[in-house]
Amino acid sequence: MSDSTQTIETFANQEYKWGFVTDIAADTIPRGLNEDVIRLISAKKEEPEWLLEWRLKAYRHWLTLKEPTWANVHYPKIDYNDIIYYSSPKAQKDGPKSLDEVDPELLKTYAKLGIPLQEQAILAGVAVDAVFDSVSVATTFKSKLKDMGIIFGSFSEAVREHPDLVRKYLGTVVPASDNFFAALNSAVFSDGSFCYIPKGVRCPMELSTYFRINAKDTGQFERTLIVADEGAYVSYLEGCTAPMRDTNQLHAAVVELVALDNAQIKYSTVQNWYPGDKDGKGGIYNFVTKRGACRGVNSKISWTQVETGSAITWKYPSCLLIGDNSVGEFYSVALTNNWQQADTGTKMIHIGKNTTSTIVSKGISAGHGQNTYRGGVKILKSATGARNYSQCDSMLLGDQCGAHTFPYLEVKNTSSQVEHEASTSKIGEDQIFYCKQRGISAEDAVSMIVHGFCKEVFKELPMEFAVEAQKLLGVSLEGSVG
Amino acid sequence: MPLLEIKDLHATVGDREILKGISLTVNAGEVHAIMGPNGSGKSTLAQVLAGRELYAVTGGQVTYQGQDLLELAPEDRARAGIFLAFQYPVEIPGVSNMYFLKAALNTIRKSQGLEELDAFDFLTLVRDKMTLMNMDQTLLNRPVNTGFSGGEKKRNEIFQMAVLEPKLAVLDETDSGLDIDALKLVAHGVNTLRSPERSMIVVTHYQRLLDYIVPDFVHVLAGGRIVKSGGKELALQLEREGYAGLGIADDEEVAVA
Repeated sequence: MSDSTQTIETFANQEYKWGFVTDIAADTIPRGLNEDVIRLISAKKEEPEWLLEWRLKAYRHWLTLKEPTWANVHYPKIDYNDIIYYSSPKAQKDGPKSLDEVDPELLKTYAKLGIPLQEQAILAGVAVDAVFDSVSVATTFKSKLKDMGIIFGSFSEAVREHPDLVRKYLGTVVPASDNFFAALNSAVFSDGSFCYIPKGVRCPMELSTYFRINAKDTGQFERTLIVADEGAYVSYLEGCTAPMRDTNQLHAAVVELVALDNAQIKYSTVQNWYPGDKDGKGGIYNFVTKRGACRGVNSKISWTQVETGSAITWKYPSCLLIGDNSVGEFYSVALTNNWQQADTGTKMIHIGKNTTSTIVSKGISAGHGQNTYRGGVKILKSATGARNYSQCDSMLLGDQCGAHTFPYLEVKNTSSQVEHEASTSKIGEDQIFYCKQRGISAEDAVSMIVHGFCKEVFKELPMEFAVEAQKLLGVSLEGSVG
Repeated sequence: MPLLEIKDLHATVGDREILKGISLTVNAGEVHAIMGPNGSGKSTLAQVLAGRELYAVTGGQVTYQGQDLLELAPEDRARAGIFLAFQYPVEIPGVSNMYFLKAALNTIRKSQGLEELDAFDFLTLVRDKMTLMNMDQTLLNRPVNTGFSGGEKKRNEIFQMAVLEPKLAVLDETDSGLDIDALKLVAHGVNTLRSPERSMIVVTHYQRLLDYIVPDFVHVLAGGRIVKSGGKELALQLEREGYAGLGIADDEEVAVA
């Protein structure tokens, strides 16, 4: 076996470097799902009656649905009655008292990722309020945002403090009945983020779930709702490159975005959930419904995602382009390694006139990973002058993995333009040798080539996130010279 | 001590023996031309010296600066000052030429205990070398060899060599596919880099290149062995009489790029 094949093999066999287990004591309710469990969740969160009804309706609908099987992913049947649907961490005093008590290996990983010390403490669940307070990111920013009329906080908080806004938009983009996992989420969602940008306000900073979600451990059924009112702008960052303390397997989130006239939402994700071990044991099933509605004229929604984690990813961040001249974008890097499977892509539904959409998808498969791009571009009769450009590139590392592309195009208006480009490439032995002959190690070469491949997507990420995404790939590629 | 000493080198690809006992000594500052018909093993020799894994060394020794070269990984050979100008430079989409070259230079510098160059110093260095190769600045920002013309690729190889300043440069058919103007440009670059501390092995099929890069020694390779060695006049003899004049026929059986 040649060195470069070995490099690819080792790359494929690398271990999850964030795979530490933190067994935190938590308040949990009994396993299983029924109406009582939903009432209990709602009661624990002190929700209004309408929301409980909404959940119950979703649950009743969910009971009539069948788990989808059309995705190109394979996994054992999930027993939905063997899952704990509500779990919140016990008082933080049970956690490590200071960074000194945290596994130094874990801290090393954080350091490699360039996460500041305070954030490291938060991520590791250090129960030192003083540390958190001394950072005070959340609070400082929050008051500043409040002055501008921006509402940003946990979903539960929003339900309590802005029930009318939540009620007005909740489920209007992803209805509770939308699909199996969305219905499940609507029934049992634990928490998530809510964000409202008022008319004409440009949010001055990137909003991130980073500090907020880590301040309070949310469950596996997150619900996010972002509304940009007329002329508003917001850039939102989701997820983090470090592990979350997830003891359960299923993660079914729903994200809804609403952009009114002339509003813009930029939504960026770096997802690095536990992908399972090298034999395919364990890992998160990431079954997520994300959709944005460009309701207003000239509105724009842009999704950028870097998906490197999860055992299975099932995710199609989509745009409903309703307003005339509205714009939808989807930029994606999905990496599957070992036995990971990803079936991901987007749907662009053109409804308004002169709507445009851009899709750039980069799939990287290594090990036994299976990577599927599934995209739908639909141009309705009303969408005169609509345009779409799609580009789907796949890269293969090694010869055990697979890349699949399923683009669906449905065009009902003859004045529209639809373009689709696709390519598949392999990291060649010749490319790695060329780099080595210039003094560059094989692992740096693989890393460089993969970065080059993903560049078009990385450049869409906000600066800091792009650096993190690159580091994440970089760290993942470490130790690859056999 | 010679810079490079090859003794009775044998190499195979798959189960086919391509190098069948090559011996060659290169001292510091010398330029050796390796000529030979297609399939004689010229490119194999170049690739084996650089450490290409496709080829298995089955016998003989190669000593470089007193150490066993064959023990070294390809990247360590590069860091020790061996540079191969590729016959077919490889494209790396999405990675800018500048980023690539800076990574290469800094890795090499680091291994030699030198400080890494920052972006500013690197750019200053690179500008000088670009002038030497008469290269367009925009090439720096383009992805490595991607969309380059044949001539641009070859010039880019010599440009990289100028930046990396190797001790031993192996030029593998750098003249192939070049028109006369590009050839002169490449030769000018190479000649500028000639120095008493730098040795070169110039692999070529045609004598033409040697009009511009005048070698100290010429070796004729055929059937995996050096069949004749001489001074630069040997190349001229080949030009006049062809390989047939030396009793060598093109070996069509072996043609591995």
